Amino acid sequence: MRTYLITNLRAIWGRAYVRVVGANREPSWLFFEVALPLLASFSFALIYRGMGAPEQYVGFVVVSGAMIAFWQNILWSMAAQFYWEKEMGNLELYLMAPISRMSILMGMAVGGLFMTAIRATLILLIGTWVFGVTYQVSSWLLLTGVFVLTMGAVYGLGMLSSSLFMLFGREAWHTANLFQEPVYFATGFYFPVRALGDLGAMLASAIPLTLGLDAIRQLIFSGKPVNPLFTVRTEMLLLVVATIFFNWAALRALRFMENLGKQSGRLTLKGQ
Amino acid sequence: MQWSIETRNLRRTFRDRPVRRLFRRAVGTPVPDKVALDSVNVTVRPGELFGLLGPNGAGKTTIIKILSTLLLPSAGEALVDGIDVAKDPDSVRRRVNMVSGGEHSGYGILTVRETIWMFSQFYGVPTKVAKKRADAMIERLNLTESADTKTSKLSTGMRQKMNIIRGFVTDPKILFLDEPTLGLDVGIAREVRAFVSEWISEHPERTVLLTTHYMAEADSMCDRVAIIDQGRVLACDTPANLKRDLAPDCVYQIEVPLWTETISPLDQMPVVRSVAMEHRGDQGRTHLRVILEEEGGIASVTDRLAKRGARVLSMTRLEPSLEDAFLNLVGHGLSSGNGENGAR
Repeated sequence: MRTYLITNLRAIWGRAYVRVVGANREPSWLFFEVALPLLASFSFALIYRGMGAPEQYVGFVVVSGAMIAFWQNILWSMAAQFYWEKEMGNLELYLMAPISRMSILMGMAVGGLFMTAIRATLILLIGTWVFGVTYQVSSWLLLTGVFVLTMGAVYGLGMLSSSLFMLFGREAWHTANLFQEPVYFATGFYFPVRALGDLGAMLASAIPLTLGLDAIRQLIFSGKPVNPLFTVRTEMLLLVVATIFFNWAALRALRFMENLGKQSGRLTLKGQ
Repeated sequence: MQWSIETRNLRRTFRDRPVRRLFRRAVGTPVPDKVALDSVNVTVRPGELFGLLGPNGAGKTTIIKILSTLLLPSAGEALVDGIDVAKDPDSVRRRVNMVSGGEHSGYGILTVRETIWMFSQFYGVPTKVAKKRADAMIERLNLTESADTKTSKLSTGMRQKMNIIRGFVTDPKILFLDEPTLGLDVGIAREVRAFVSEWISEHPERTVLLTTHYMAEADSMCDRVAIIDQGRVLACDTPANLKRDLAPDCVYQIEVPLWTETISPLDQMPVVRSVAMEHRGDQGRTHLRVILEEEGGIASVTDRLAKRGARVLSMTRLEPSLEDAFLNLVGHGLSSGNGENGAR
């Protein structure tokens, strides 16, 4: 058991190393990952300001711009990684190694956090400076808790999606692209999710980031009307449930899809 | 005896995707399952360098994928170090590693050393040990100058040397080499072969399963060879014994001007066991490799050629090779690569 744990920790570090080294060796990502996403945030912030919306709405946009970075790293990049690994020929080497598939995904996500944290911090700093956003945090402890729980739930959702990429490759990639913008919309990245109406907001809360973002807004714009979905405590409870459910489902789905792939012969089949 | 590798009536079939299968059935053109392996029984001893020799599509890679836990058998059993690959794949994975020919593993942004280290981490090899082993193998395979080069800048040969080290650095009990010299030039292919042979002689308790369609590679490297074609093992023995089964006087190489016909006029003769043909367009000639039922049959073969307008330019009696053993069993030669790649 101890050996298995150590092997998996080494695997996480081994896989994470690629992304950390990659970030240092190809700094061009700073332009693509920081400068370009800033433009989207700036557009929404300028619209809100032009409309004379409450100032906290500009703050929503800046915070969301930072959170999108984590969302993209964990859900889209990590989940889709199995597709790219299959095309590159790495997947079969990962799958025949004596490690958990989750370690590979974890390594990918942890390595990506290095770039993501820089991206999120820069977006937050630049956005805050340009638009003069002010924050009033009611509880740093709760804020940290919400952030960690949101990441835990989103990470589970990412792993669940990765099981689809493992088997369906290009088909899953196209489907993910299809869902990308609707998910951005339903998550309420640039507006309070209540604007979708009660039913729409309820449905959107199935995506853990919706709940996380709503709770974070409540906690860092304390005292200002943010039109919340639920109370912070309810959202935290739902995030705990989502974290447990998505991680459990991911573990089962990864095993199931791997087995299905081994039966059908599609597990390592490239170009599908 | 505990075999390193054992397959019992191993069978693997592939079928169309469910939707396509239903559609084809509905339109009345059902496609039968493709049989990739059919009742394959192979046993490999510990310490053996065992070869699977066969043409493309014979089922060699399918066997390796099953043994390396990437594919499930449709029927039968596959055991690695006594462990069933379908029942306990995790235990199998701790014992094996695999290197394939033409493989593009790793990430272009990492150097050779970093790539080898990264893959060693997936097997829990401590960094110090991994680096020490990697350095020794890098030196042995003459890769020192490229060791700190990004893998995106490596040539095919250099990349394959790195892949070989990636497989060996985890010190696996059983190693699968799937066409490891595919597409390599003569010099590098020789280096790779020498490295594998030396490694197994220095680690007599380790086992290597090698698949190849290079006859001479199997002949020169393997302790035993299984000849496989269309998913079936046709023979399994030492290269020497496989060759010995052919009478030494019955193999001829006949050179004729470029022969545009099929081999059927010769192949259908009762005295002929099998024929392989190789065109040498640049020389305007064709080499026919003929295995006869009996020595006296050669006269009727040359007569038949003459009647077909093919003048015999030269004729040589050959010592039987593994290629002849293959030809004798399979009934046709390998489509390409016989003995190429500097394997002699």
